[in-house]
Amino acid sequence: MCSSGNCDLAAHAAMMNDATAAGSATADPIVMSFTVFILAIFVGYHVVWNVTPALHTPLMSVTNALSSIVIVGAIIASGPVEMNLATVLGLIAVGLASVNIFGGFMVTQRMLAMFKKRG
Amino acid sequence: MLSANMTELAYLVASVLVILALKGLSSPESSRRGNMFGMLGMGIAVFVTLQLDGIENYTWIAVAIGIGAIIGGTAARKVPMTSMPETVAFMHALVGLAAVLIAVSAFLNPVAYGIADSMGAMHTASRIELFLGTFIGAITFTASLIAFGKLKGFVSGNPVTFSGQHMLNLILGIIMIGAGIVFCMNESPEAFLLMLAVALVLGVLLIIPIGGADMPVIVSMLNSYSGWAAAGIGFTLGNNMLIVAGALVGSSGAILSYIMCKAMNRSLFNVLLGGFGSDTSSSISGGAVVGERPVKSGAAEDAAFLLANARSVVIIPGYGLAVARAQHVLKELVEVLQSKGVKVRFAIHPVAGRMPGHMNVLLAEADVPYDIVEEMDEINPEFSDTDVALVIGANDVVNPAAKTDSSSPIYGMPILEVTKAEHVLVVKRSLSVGYAGLDNDLFYMDKTMMIFDDAKKACEAMLHAIE
Repeated sequence: MCSSGNCDLAAHAAMMNDATAAGSATADPIVMSFTVFILAIFVGYHVVWNVTPALHTPLMSVTNALSSIVIVGAIIASGPVEMNLATVLGLIAVGLASVNIFGGFMVTQRMLAMFKKRG
Repeated sequence: MLSANMTELAYLVASVLVILALKGLSSPESSRRGNMFGMLGMGIAVFVTLQLDGIENYTWIAVAIGIGAIIGGTAARKVPMTSMPETVAFMHALVGLAAVLIAVSAFLNPVAYGIADSMGAMHTASRIELFLGTFIGAITFTASLIAFGKLKGFVSGNPVTFSGQHMLNLILGIIMIGAGIVFCMNESPEAFLLMLAVALVLGVLLIIPIGGADMPVIVSMLNSYSGWAAAGIGFTLGNNMLIVAGALVGSSGAILSYIMCKAMNRSLFNVLLGGFGSDTSSSISGGAVVGERPVKSGAAEDAAFLLANARSVVIIPGYGLAVARAQHVLKELVEVLQSKGVKVRFAIHPVAGRMPGHMNVLLAEADVPYDIVEEMDEINPEFSDTDVALVIGANDVVNPAAKTDSSSPIYGMPILEVTKAEHVLVVKRSLSVGYAGLDNDLFYMDKTMMIFDDAKKACEAMLHAIE
């Protein structure tokens, strides 16, 4: 976690330099991205500590489905009609992410359906 | 075609739904609805993305999604619950590989992503983001494959260590970062490919020294990595939805790794260094020579008599229970005891299964109601008021040496304090050592009765005797 945090700080710092160089008054988009990123980590921290330990396995399978949100990037990669290496790689990524999205959500649902109360 | 503002707002809705999906997991009742929110959020995100400018390749995208849906859906229906750890590890590998493919595609065609200037050269910031997304994704990919292999048994679960291992990793790490910096400066394809190749190798080298017992930590950690990889791609695309989902997954995996490390009294650093469980001399440091000490053993019928006459019984299941496929017959045993007025509960140690929460799922699959399944902190104060503690297929998590013997390798690890119960029954095939390679003093105590049998046969015999 901290290693990637440090790296993002580096990216952040680099962007700040770019922004100053351009002398722009508005924040660079990456600064906004970075803000969202840090806030989302805090949300994640608080939400995940509230997850009951009994559901940690479904938590892992559902987060697996959620990290397959990279499908958004994969769709953009495979967007152009013209087929070349970039679009083919994108399409493969769409397929891989779809396996995870459908598999992840469905196996989570299957597990959650097993948790029943007495009687 | 949606306006840019509408697109962003739709992503915001999807992000909120994703947060609600995790929030739902705070209790089993709300979790199923939460999962629906998650699916809805994902659906909205995909739908909105398909409306973006420049997305025209609908047929092929639909084919790719369709194939993925069939494979993923079939796997989700068929996978046995005992195989969840390797399934999850494999899914992490898929996320990592997808992230790498997207990064390579962005590298090949930066204009399509809007991350290049009019000359087709990438912005410096985009190069940094691409570098981060690529190497995290690549390490996640190969590391998860090795973890999958270890859990599945394709790759030896024993730690693979050699001299100079850490030095080699360090050197490769420096080469990777160096190549990344060169790429960030001049967009050199050679540097990009070198960085990618070294990251793929590093993923393998980082996991091979880690033993099977530590896989719960590793699977959680790779869960975290897959999130950071998604966030990295999100930075490349400037897409908040990816950043939010990636950060949520990243912090979730980090918290789970922390919980697992704490449950084993290890530091993450110590786990990553590897080699744990390979040290055979550690069993001797436990003190006594195995097999030389007197052990009280009994038949399943004796155990059944104790159980049926108890007021309160706590069952401590370990992974051995799942290996013997004894969950269902154990559940029947519990029902018979309950019908006789015995208060029965389950005590779950955080590392009882092969991944966080694994044992809870295995019990739920056997229709054990979740409200009689207690976590370690809830149940430990209750053992002094328990007549019989029934340990099935668990070993290290009930080893009193963790509390009493400061020379023990597991000293300081939180355990289930079964020794406080009036009687202890241990169902185990032999006196063999557990994952940590340690002898267990619990087996030689006066209050302990060993039932040397397969977990399933023992449960069947006890059930038969009580009925």
